Amino acid sequence: MIVGQQKPFDEIWEMVKGFKKVLVFGCNTCVAICHAGGGKEAEILTSLLRMKAAQEGVDMQVDNAAIERHCEPEFFEPLMEKVRTYDLVLSTACGVGVNFLADRIGAIPVYPGINTTFYGAVPEAGFFVELCGGCGNCVLHLTGGICPIVRCSKSLMNGPCGGTNNGKCEVSNETDCAWFLIVERMKKLGTLEKLFEVQPPRDWSTGTHGGPRRISVEHIRAFEEEEEKNAATEGR
Amino acid sequence: MKSGSNLERVIASGKMAVTAELGPPMSADPHEVIKKANILKGFCDAANITDCQTAVVRISSIAAAVIALREGLEPVMQMTCRDRNRIAMQADFLGAAALGIKNCLCIAGDHQMFSAAGKLKGHPGAKNVYDVDTCQLVGIMKKMRDEGLQQGGDKLEVAPKFFVGASWTPMGDPMDFRPYNLKKKVDAGADFIQTQGIYDMELFKAQMEKARNLGLLERTAMLAGIIVPKSAMMLKYMDSSVAGVTVPKSLIERMNKAKATAGDDKKKARELQEQEGIKITVELIQQALEIPGVKGVHIQAIEWETAMEPIVKAAGLYPRPTFPDA
Repeated sequence: MIVGQQKPFDEIWEMVKGFKKVLVFGCNTCVAICHAGGGKEAEILTSLLRMKAAQEGVDMQVDNAAIERHCEPEFFEPLMEKVRTYDLVLSTACGVGVNFLADRIGAIPVYPGINTTFYGAVPEAGFFVELCGGCGNCVLHLTGGICPIVRCSKSLMNGPCGGTNNGKCEVSNETDCAWFLIVERMKKLGTLEKLFEVQPPRDWSTGTHGGPRRISVEHIRAFEEEEEKNAATEGR
Repeated sequence: MKSGSNLERVIASGKMAVTAELGPPMSADPHEVIKKANILKGFCDAANITDCQTAVVRISSIAAAVIALREGLEPVMQMTCRDRNRIAMQADFLGAAALGIKNCLCIAGDHQMFSAAGKLKGHPGAKNVYDVDTCQLVGIMKKMRDEGLQQGGDKLEVAPKFFVGASWTPMGDPMDFRPYNLKKKVDAGADFIQTQGIYDMELFKAQMEKARNLGLLERTAMLAGIIVPKSAMMLKYMDSSVAGVTVPKSLIERMNKAKATAGDDKKKARELQEQEGIKITVELIQQALEIPGVKGVHIQAIEWETAMEPIVKAAGLYPRPTFPDA
């Protein structure tokens, strides 16, 4: 899932204080699970903004709403008319949601209420860890299911650097050395020799270094087109 | 000869090689490099020019290497994977070769967080690169030299001829993987290896045995790293905080004893510890050179370049070999 963290309240206030009618707009998927920007968090943030506005003597209407997902158009449909009546949308969706709405909303600003941080998991309640870098060229079959791109501070592909200290990364003694984990895991799997081969320089263009990425699933698009055509024919 | 560098010639001659270290300053003044180069000259076959060590901004490795070369000290230009992508690295290889540099050591580099670990502000918010890692960088240099090709496949009119090095932390964990880590660097094309500082020679010997069994020591020249200890405090710090370094208690005891002999006289305590540090270094060098497969030593007298002369002389490694047509 996508993991984020609410921006500091003061930073949010600086962003919104000049607007008269603000909608705090939550997303009930990933960012709700990480307690950053779901409907509940949007509601709390709304209360805080109302209080702050009252304290500062700022005339501001703040409301909140939430939808299931900010990354697919149909979830917005029932609410878009209402959303367009505000002069600022403070989105607590991830950055994907902010972009997606900004592309569609017209001349109304959409500001981010959270910092979108990483693709991660929840090993225990309230604790989130980054486990995938979305590099577009997965090598987890070579590394025991442990990602060297994002779990190694240097994204090394050929084994640990000299900074491993008691299994921890040189960056912080609270961070596991990914290559220590990889070596131990490969030993357990009996496939350590997979690590002996030199991995050549990577093609990073599959990641964020090749410009914005798109994936087109042709058979789905063809199917959708066909459905539309059929619907049109039936309608006639 | 792959590069014709002095270091390569010494190693090829079968004599034990000696490399040193020269850390460039946080300054645009070349005199610090010139001064250090002249202190080291004659007491090593080549000196590593560090590449913004601990991620702190200093005179670039390539520029300091050229300054050293002008002073008559052969440089080993270090290049970290932290600050450059493959385009910048290969451009620098061409430039360095055009400027007469013949040795290069490929390393991952300290993470940028290190730059603010001490008293400096550093640049902990810098973006790192790590487009390629050490093994890949070694492979790129080899491909440029031996095939006249860039990593991407484009031809080079004149190939840069480098003697290619890599570092090795034999006692870093996971320790049982470290010999394979070395193997990958050798497979990628490392002509020589300089190790992390070694104080525990028994442990190093055991790791070397594994490297020998993998057939690596005939394929690369192993230079054992020795960091010259300056004080008991430094040894304790290295033992507790530096990754891949363990210091036997007996060595710390020796330094403590040297310090204690001086009583309250701080100046004398420093001098006695420095003397003991040089003695320890000479012993470590002699022990290292006896290990089968060791082809030389990489002596790091960090910010204490004047220690090189007494060390190299006492270790019986002086004078350094010279070659008539070099």
